[in-house]
Amino acid sequence: MKFFGLVWAMLWRSRARTWLTLASLVTAFLLLGLIQAANSLFSGEQINLSAPILITQARVSFTSPLPMRLLPQVEAVPGVASVSHSQFFGGIYQDDPRNFFPQFAVNPERWVRTFPECVLPPDQEQAWRTTRTGAIIGPQLAQRFGWKVGDKVPLKSQIWPLKDGSRAWTFDIVGIFGSKVADSCARVGNMYLNYAYFDEARQFGNGGAGIIVVRIANPDDAEAVGRTIDAMFENSADETKTQTEKDFSLNFVRQLGNLKLILYSILGAVFFAILMLTGNTMLQAVQDRIPELAVLKTIGFTDAHVLGLVLSEALFLCVLGGLTGMLLSVATMSALANAPGIAFPPINANLQVWLFALGAMLLLSLAVGVWPALRAWRLSIVDALAGR
Amino acid sequence: MTALVSLKGVSKTYTRGKQAVPVLEKLDLDIAKGDFLALMGPSGSGKTTLLNLIGGLDRPTAGSVTVDNARIDQMSGGQLAQWRSRHVGFVFQFYNLLPVLTAEKNVELPLLLTSLNKAQRQKHVETALEIVGLRDRAKHKPSELSGGQAQRVAIARALVADPTLLVCDEPTGDLDRKTADEILNLLQVLNKQHGKTIIMVTHDQKAADFATHELHLDKGVLVEQSAA
Repeated sequence: MKFFGLVWAMLWRSRARTWLTLASLVTAFLLLGLIQAANSLFSGEQINLSAPILITQARVSFTSPLPMRLLPQVEAVPGVASVSHSQFFGGIYQDDPRNFFPQFAVNPERWVRTFPECVLPPDQEQAWRTTRTGAIIGPQLAQRFGWKVGDKVPLKSQIWPLKDGSRAWTFDIVGIFGSKVADSCARVGNMYLNYAYFDEARQFGNGGAGIIVVRIANPDDAEAVGRTIDAMFENSADETKTQTEKDFSLNFVRQLGNLKLILYSILGAVFFAILMLTGNTMLQAVQDRIPELAVLKTIGFTDAHVLGLVLSEALFLCVLGGLTGMLLSVATMSALANAPGIAFPPINANLQVWLFALGAMLLLSLAVGVWPALRAWRLSIVDALAGR
Repeated sequence: MTALVSLKGVSKTYTRGKQAVPVLEKLDLDIAKGDFLALMGPSGSGKTTLLNLIGGLDRPTAGSVTVDNARIDQMSGGQLAQWRSRHVGFVFQFYNLLPVLTAEKNVELPLLLTSLNKAQRQKHVETALEIVGLRDRAKHKPSELSGGQAQRVAIARALVADPTLLVCDEPTGDLDRKTADEILNLLQVLNKQHGKTIIMVTHDQKAADFATHELHLDKGVLVEQSAA
């Protein structure tokens, strides 16, 4: 610890150079934090879908609707606890794409049975069942737009026109659902519409739903139940594909390609550039300080001492920049999650991300520090003092 | 007086490219404890090389260098560094202070290699700065000091670990006459009142006059020894 002051002072010998190097390190680690978060999001680590739910869609594509007549057959499959259906509405609030949030047309009674972890006060549940234009929303959505029960919400559907050709739908908020136990309901950012009204009012596609939502009694039976459902409709006009809700969600992301490879390629390029930049800066910093390092050796600092000082300097620089960047990425993610008008799920940099970042800081400091440290270690006092 | 520094048959040859350049040849020299020796001679005569050998910064090609009964020519690099930190204080022509550290932090540097705690180090630093008359400039950085003050800080740094020997390479070479005399007076005080053995390389006869002995080198050979 007694060398801390010396290392710190040497680090700030050229303030402008140190600030610029720090800025590049902060940027690199900010990017690392954000990319790790994005990767975590796209790999499903942050998807809070723990309910034992299977999604059955048309084998061809989820955009092909499934007929309602399949519901009783699915309900009869052993291991199935309840069945609901859902149609993606694709509406935009106030004609602004940034206001996007998921809306689904569902059967209220079936929805309540299928998602018991999401609770709705009885009077609001009743109102939803009986109000044709009624819709319920999650608390996150209510907070995002400041909506409350009794509000009218105009939505412009990108998919479904009304019978008169207009796309301007209006729904009445009749309920706000919550979690039965903390965070158990994963749908708090969604809106659910009354399917009966939606189906009657839409111009086409009547009588079908995009997906069938299957709640199973035992999560361990997911694969078997899914296989049974798909086998039941094999070689029929409505062949199905059944998968867990988490896999269903991830399939949307996977359509974008190998994001993990793309993201890590970008990150690798950034870190390589930072490695070159910081390494060059450190080498230059040591070169400028040759006479000072020679003086330290003259007064008794050993080769190992100066090697340690230079490596410590690189470590301080990388850890300072790295931690600042990581903290900034956490703040950015938090700001994004809380920002009004942005549908960004809350993501936390977990222990694994922090350990990865710390490992990167250590490796980077070693990579950028080892050459200048060896230069300092090999320094001949007599030659350095003579300016050779 | 007993010899603190003893050189026997010391030769030093540098290799520049493929060429061997002899600098010192079979030099014998004894320096008594408590001496204030001025090493003089023309440029290239080997003064600084001799000083480097005595201060443990370099090793002879042949011969032995004994300081305070220790054969420093036989020490490893690590042992030499440790030995220097305990036994030698260095003063350079251009002060060679670390520009990022304050005067007191520069003076503290040799003490970082000891087992002294922070409070003990601080006390030693204050004493050293007191001796050179710069206690009030402790918090100033080298860029905020005059040349004379910077050299005093360098002397305080050389003194702070209470070394056996002070090795000074042209300590007044960068100073005006008046300031140079002040520095030389200070060295004289350190020699006479604090008993420090001082070996000083200088071109300046007036500086050499402050020493108790003079030694003249020419082309690596001792040509004259005289009392100042």
